[in-house]
Amino acid sequence: MSDVTSALYFHIAEGERKCFIEEIPDDTTVIVNYKVELYDPRSGGFMPSTPGIGMHVEVRDPNDKIVLSRVYSSEGMYSFTSTTPGEHVICMYSNSTSWFSGSQLRVHLDIQVGEHAVDYASVAKKDKLTELQLRIRQLLDQVHQITKEQSYQRQREERFRQTSESTNQRVLWWSLMQTAVLVGIGYWQMRHLKSFFEAKKLV
Amino acid sequence: MLVAPFVFTILVTLISGIFSKSVELTFELPDSAVECFYQEIEKNTSASLEYQVITGGQYDVDVKIEGPKKQIIYQQQKMQYDSHQFTALNTGVYKVCFSNEFSTFSHKLVYMELNVGPEQPLPGVGEHATVLTQLETSAEEIHSALNRIIDHQTHHRLREAQSRKRAEELNERVFWWSMGETLAILCVSLAQVMVLKNFFSDRPTLYNRM
Repeated sequence: MSDVTSALYFHIAEGERKCFIEEIPDDTTVIVNYKVELYDPRSGGFMPSTPGIGMHVEVRDPNDKIVLSRVYSSEGMYSFTSTTPGEHVICMYSNSTSWFSGSQLRVHLDIQVGEHAVDYASVAKKDKLTELQLRIRQLLDQVHQITKEQSYQRQREERFRQTSESTNQRVLWWSLMQTAVLVGIGYWQMRHLKSFFEAKKLV
Repeated sequence: MLVAPFVFTILVTLISGIFSKSVELTFELPDSAVECFYQEIEKNTSASLEYQVITGGQYDVDVKIEGPKKQIIYQQQKMQYDSHQFTALNTGVYKVCFSNEFSTFSHKLVYMELNVGPEQPLPGVGEHATVLTQLETSAEEIHSALNRIIDHQTHHRLREAQSRKRAEELNERVFWWSMGETLAILCVSLAQVMVLKNFFSDRPTLYNRM
């Protein structure tokens, strides 16, 4: 299993929650490969395999709905496919046990999105494609990914524009309203004080 | 029952067969925190790091790349985005750190991409003994062109995300500030009248005794 071990890794304390955000269009597959190693104080290194340590994985979609929430073993792979476009949050934390707590964990992580997540070797075997057909398939997948991303981009651009227009409207109306409020208040102050002074016979 | 382990072995062989690695991560960087990532890189392999701050504070972060012998390969302070390419001089673990230590209250969102090794070719290339046909060459060209498009899209997506978040923040701020100011105007004008009336009223008050 040299694959995940050669991937990027980082350290977390046990029970510490680590989240990553993937902004993806809809109908996009994300594959996450991971491996957890526990710090071994005796050797000063990390134990290659740690049975008993599990990783709790939680994936939330842009509406904060849980797409996936499960406890996996110390090493493995999981995947999900997005249904709504937007920011998907992938969180991982160990199901810490008391005698382990406080020690360091090393997490190897590899996240592949979209056409990177497709396993072309098995596609070729399954569909009996020639090399050229396989290449064309991959090119097509890439184009599909780009198209999806582009349509999602359009949606986000729309939202961006709406926000900007809303800000613009708010600034405009508020400046008008504030002018009205100032004039109104000023007028009220003058009238009120004038009648007050007259009542007091000061003018 | 038999299919699952079969698929898994294929996947494992596929992944271990890949030379180049590319990982994209978007992560949260809390205030005064340091986030480090480690990657083992073989000697003479080229690697590139790209990063961008998507939200938070002044959109800046301290970045450092450290080699296996603690030598500093790249160090920048308060950067919004950048990319750096380097060739590994030694085999070993390279460390990439993002630090928000200078900031005590702004929570940030950082995107980073780490590429190690040459760009991954289409499957099957390399095993090829004969000369590439024209069709294959053009497929190769299209592939690299599409990869460039995807890269540009990523850039665009990040810039857009940054600007969108900033606009949303601005919208929110305008709203709350206008609320606050309206309240302030009302209070001040009421207080003005009260104070003025107090100056002229017969009853001895705090103001006319002063």
